[in-house]
Amino acid sequence: MTALVKLSGVGKDYGSVIALRDVSLEVAAGQVVCVLGDNGAGKSTLIKIIAGLHRHDTGTYEVAGEPVSFASPRDALDLGIATVYQDLAVVPLMPVWRNFFLGSEKRARFGRLDVEFMRRTTRDELLAMGIDLRDVDQPIGTLSGGERQCVAIARAVYFGAKVLVLDEPTAALGVKQAGVVLRYIVQARDRGLGVVFITHNPHHAYPVGDRFLILNRGRPLGYHDKSDITREELTALMAGGAELEQLAHELQATGAAEAAREVEDETRSLGIQDP
Amino acid sequence: MTAALTEGAADERVARRNPLRRLLVRPELGALIGAAALFVFFSVTADAFLQTSSFSTVLYASSTFGIMAVGVSLLMIGGEFDLSAGVLVTSAALVASLVSFQLTLNVWVGVLISLVVTLALGVLNGLLYVWTKLPSFIVTLATFLMLAGANLGVTKAVTGNVASDSISDMDGFKSAKRVFASEIGVVDHQIRISARPAVFTGPHVSITVLWWLLFTAVATWILLRTRAGNWIFAVGGNAASARAVGVPVARTKIGLFAGVAFCAWFSGMHLLFAFATVQSGEGVGNEFFYIICAVIGGCLLTGGYGSAVGAAIGAFIFGMVNKGIVYADWNPDWFRFFLGAALLAATVVNHLVRRRAER
Ligand SMILES: Nc1ncnc2c1ncn2[C@@H]1O[C@H](COP(=O)(O)OP(=O)(O)OP(=O)(O)O)[C@@H](O)[C@H]1O
Ligand SMILES: [Mg+2]
Repeated sequence: MTALVKLSGVGKDYGSVIALRDVSLEVAAGQVVCVLGDNGAGKSTLIKIIAGLHRHDTGTYEVAGEPVSFASPRDALDLGIATVYQDLAVVPLMPVWRNFFLGSEKRARFGRLDVEFMRRTTRDELLAMGIDLRDVDQPIGTLSGGERQCVAIARAVYFGAKVLVLDEPTAALGVKQAGVVLRYIVQARDRGLGVVFITHNPHHAYPVGDRFLILNRGRPLGYHDKSDITREELTALMAGGAELEQLAHELQATGAAEAAREVEDETRSLGIQDP
Repeated sequence: MTAALTEGAADERVARRNPLRRLLVRPELGALIGAAALFVFFSVTADAFLQTSSFSTVLYASSTFGIMAVGVSLLMIGGEFDLSAGVLVTSAALVASLVSFQLTLNVWVGVLISLVVTLALGVLNGLLYVWTKLPSFIVTLATFLMLAGANLGVTKAVTGNVASDSISDMDGFKSAKRVFASEIGVVDHQIRISARPAVFTGPHVSITVLWWLLFTAVATWILLRTRAGNWIFAVGGNAASARAVGVPVARTKIGLFAGVAFCAWFSGMHLLFAFATVQSGEGVGNEFFYIICAVIGGCLLTGGYGSAVGAAIGAFIFGMVNKGIVYADWNPDWFRFFLGAALLAATVVNHLVRRRAER
């Protein structure tokens, strides 16, 4: 079976900044690939390439076996690839429903917007996420950060026909909404979509992911199937055992012995302490 | 249990947004209050202000700026400026007039060639903006200077004069004048259109007033009920987000510059057929008046917010101040002073209104 999305040896520079080097990734239908890594590791850059917002400089990008080089996110959307960006990509002064359908507006006859349909759909889709917005006409800038994130996710889920790309979708969410998003990811996978899921939280990634790509300073640090990695190993890889230990030392140096002991305990319980 | 919780949350939310706040969030509200206040003010201080003929004059002045304010306000909602809009009107009129006269063509041919040329100039503004990625303020400042120079230079080279030759006795002039520069009003209890104001027995207004209202209505429909309107708000509100969700940002912006050019073409045709000849130095400085109309009408300078109706009210305020000063027997030199004061008041009110509405 050909992968829905396949990156091979992809690299990207921002001027003199090397953001991504030699990254390969494959998402098949009904599969969730999680991308993990530190801040600035290049996760968003990777996602922007998949979404068509940036062009890759090296390597190849194939969609359903065809090499592509998207000129704009429109091209990716037209192939059924929908994205939740880390900055959410909303227009603050526009009403919620206009944001929901922005770029993919539903039109009735004579090019007239089908306003009723779009209002209703927006309300229903958000309700399904547990967000009850009575007034979908309010500017999206007046919503809370989590509510805004839910709108962006609901929008991608609604328009993503083949591939769903999510850049830290649960970052600003409460426990309940984060649970809903994870359920959405599982539902999308079960419907046969491919999902690329970026998160800092291994407890979110491990239960839903089939494969895990770990990035470090723009380079791949590991690409594991769920069967070759345990939750603890994943957490260790992400957090970087050495770094946690270093944090413990630093805390000790500043006299925060109590906190240092807690961090040490944490490290030990995760099984990532160097012997 | 969950249902009860969400119900409660919903109720509380509804209570927070009362109808008054909904009204306050309208971009044109500040301008509407200002227009009403000015109307009362001039009605009291200027005896002639409420006579139908004076009011027709006010509406005429409003319409000539209001037609341009339609295109300029849409462009401003889309996040851009066009400083060449004022001289582009003159360019449009000159192209139609020079082409028709020099080649002895039916003036309608000149009118159509002018449409093509003016739209091309608008698209050029858009393309320059997209290609250079410079602020539109700079790009159109450059085209403003170039057009202002070309208007004079070409006219002098072709006619040996700063004005174009009169085209009043050329083929098609009469019918074109009916469309672009006639009056509509009452002749013996019937509504008629005529190019000669003397025929009217009752009240009459310039046909540009009807065009102004029509353009405003069309622009409002585009903004609120079409996909293009959604895109205009989006590219002005946050171009990067708009692009990320698949809005063709460059195309939308270029289209908006072309929209301004269309309005400039129409205004240029009015100018030409109202006077039959065009002064090639005209139009300089008007671009700021169009922007002022849009801003008084509630368009945000930074883009993403505003309305065509607001711009129309802004143009009406402009017309009232412009002519009201004359009817009040004040020195017209004060016009700019009052316009500046109105602009300041309107921006402050709009700012406060929006801040309140967003809270
Ligand atoms: N538009 C840009 N221009 C220049 N450098 C950029 C740009 N976008 C990102 N970078 C740089 O590229 C590197 C990778 O950034 P990226 O946003 O992909 O990281 P990330 O893994 O998503 O981080 P985070 O977890 O904080 O979201 C960073 O060093 C960043 O400074
Ligand atoms: Mg990121």
